[in-house]
Amino acid sequence: MNGAAAVLAALERQGVDTVFGLPGGAIMPVYDALYDSDIRHILMRHELAAAHAADAYYRASGRPGVVFATSGPGATNLVTGLATAQMDSSALVAITGNVASSLIGTDAFQEADVYGITLPVTKHNYLVKSVEEIPRVIAEAFHIASSGRPGPVLIDIPKDVQQAAFSGYFEVTVDLPGYRPTTRGNQRQIARAAQLIREAKRPVMMVGGGAQSCPEAVNEFARITGIPVISTLMGIGAYPYGAPNSLGMPGMHGTVAANRAVTGCDLILGAGLRFDDRVTGKLSGFAPDAKIVHIDIDPAEISKLIRATVPVVGDLGNVLPELGEQVGKLEIDEWWTTIREWKATYPERYRAGERMVSQEVIELLRDESGGGCIVTTDVGQHQMFAARLFTTDRPRSFLTSGGLGTMGFGLPAAIGAAFARPGEPVVVVTGDGSIQMNIQELATVFKHRLPIIVAICNNGMLGMVRQWQEMFHAERYSEVYLADCNPDFARLAEAYGIAGYNISDRASARSIVREVLAKGEPAVLNFEVEEAEKVFPMIPAGAGVGDMIIGDQDPDDVGDLPLGEPEGVGA
Amino acid sequence: MSRRHVLSVTVRDEPGVLVRIAGLFARRGFNIESLSVAQTERPGISRTTFVVIGEEETVEQVEKQLQKLVDVIKVIDHSEAPFVDRELMLIRVAVSSPEDRVEIRQIAQDFRARIVDVHRDALIFEVTGDAGKMDAFIDQMLPFGIVELTRTGRVALARSGGQERLQPRHTSFAQTEGLSNA
Repeated sequence: MNGAAAVLAALERQGVDTVFGLPGGAIMPVYDALYDSDIRHILMRHELAAAHAADAYYRASGRPGVVFATSGPGATNLVTGLATAQMDSSALVAITGNVASSLIGTDAFQEADVYGITLPVTKHNYLVKSVEEIPRVIAEAFHIASSGRPGPVLIDIPKDVQQAAFSGYFEVTVDLPGYRPTTRGNQRQIARAAQLIREAKRPVMMVGGGAQSCPEAVNEFARITGIPVISTLMGIGAYPYGAPNSLGMPGMHGTVAANRAVTGCDLILGAGLRFDDRVTGKLSGFAPDAKIVHIDIDPAEISKLIRATVPVVGDLGNVLPELGEQVGKLEIDEWWTTIREWKATYPERYRAGERMVSQEVIELLRDESGGGCIVTTDVGQHQMFAARLFTTDRPRSFLTSGGLGTMGFGLPAAIGAAFARPGEPVVVVTGDGSIQMNIQELATVFKHRLPIIVAICNNGMLGMVRQWQEMFHAERYSEVYLADCNPDFARLAEAYGIAGYNISDRASARSIVREVLAKGEPAVLNFEVEEAEKVFPMIPAGAGVGDMIIGDQDPDDVGDLPLGEPEGVGA
Repeated sequence: MSRRHVLSVTVRDEPGVLVRIAGLFARRGFNIESLSVAQTERPGISRTTFVVIGEEETVEQVEKQLQKLVDVIKVIDHSEAPFVDRELMLIRVAVSSPEDRVEIRQIAQDFRARIVDVHRDALIFEVTGDAGKMDAFIDQMLPFGIVELTRTGRVALARSGGQERLQPRHTSFAQTEGLSNA
């Protein structure tokens, strides 16, 4: 057995059955060993896409994703994927080949300092120096990636180490004196937190990505206490978006109800989130009257941006049940009356004229799929529309690049999700800008006939940038126009062997969506939508939550246009 | 309130651990005033000592971010308890006349600075002590002309009662002992 075979054996011991990747010179010994292995390898068309797929494999299943890449460009192509996973706390193990040890540092062919380059975008990383280290390093990598606050770990293995004879043991104990995540909450802190929550007149709970791993605990806490629940972008689905306690998403493009509640509340129970600037807006304007109870497994997130009145470091799944027991049912009827009024006054609505808008496309997909699909998104306007309208009641089912905001995430993420949860349909909500950042992966979709529907909200623009230019740059539309040289997306899909549709009218939209959903085969749906549509509400960057622009969510602005009944169209 | 903090960070002696720490400081915009690294009494474990200046919240964040690094075993903020800190400096002072030589040597004696190299035109002194002593010695030597100098950065240990033992003692390393006993 050589080092490469030891890598695969060690991966098998970790329960890995699927790996995403792309071979190259410096990782050929591993790919040679793969030939004899039971591990399934999904050949992607770009290493970045492989990283996103592995990332989404974790997000959709809770099992760490694994990606292989070669040295130099292969490894540097992973970087955006690692940073994406790092920002969104996704457990990912990347294994890269490097040039032989004797060549390291000589600017050899396809050599890059991958250890150095990936240091700031990983939770931890390794450069393996000898073949004996392989079992220990791989065991440590999986432990670090998936425990505590999850994150990406990269293992860089020189080619000679992969080729060296291995005669070591696979039984290793992980001994990391510097890495001991606190999972149990401090009892005194929990008691203090419970008291504050009981005393609050206007409390809200805000759940983030950390809640995806313990949806039962979140649900149970909301049920026992009756607290209003706000889900950040990363928390969507951990608590059912459609539940009566749900106020939806907060922040820059959050719902009116959620943002009003944040501004008006006297206590925020932050659960598994990090008070990102897109959630808080200007810090001084965030929840001015609120005490903060902050539960997170990462102590460094507590009081980083928002000072916690009572911090609780621990695993949400352990802390919430204890907390709920001590808090009990909250008497907050008056607060609920106010919140219900906000919810009733500002339901999701949009203005639709002659042309379709992204919002109705997303609603159509949601309604026709019955909410039973996994949703992935790219980044931009469609992402915000999807977050608010493609509401899912299931955890790990709305996959989006939140922290890094990586365009190009959606399609490869759908591939990762499709392998993580076989049989479930996946819808990629994307834009004409984002989809072209990883469109080569249609080949991977075709190869495996994955039940992935790519829904392009095609407004011929980099829509979110356009929106900012309209609102904050005096309508100086600089370098956002794509329509004049966008490909014919339907024909492009067909070139990859996938059914493609260009859809410009409402009448055909519904029947085509219904048809492709029924088939369960890959499809690309190119919806031509209004170019000037904007996402509202909006809190301008650097402004406070109180400065929210309600825009077309204001009933006085658009008249009474409830969801699903666009103007001038019979539902 | 912004003030000076002396942080002792015990780390696993892994390749790249210093890069991790330095990168963390740079990435998060924390400023290091001084930094030193040395082995400890336990093989495979090093102690790095940082002096950072910052608001209480900033330094708290520095400590938490350091603690997050897998190779970091323990972070101690010495500013919260009594501690001893020392620094070592090598300084080459120009000698332009026999009178100067006598005076320079006299001042050095007062500072208990050792002469480690003698030349017709210059002397090299080894000075140990806290940062204030270094600065005072530099001030005294300025009129004669400082050719060059180098400082180790501060190292620190908590005073007895406050220290945490890593594990049963092994051999002592003269490197750290020598500095703190000076």
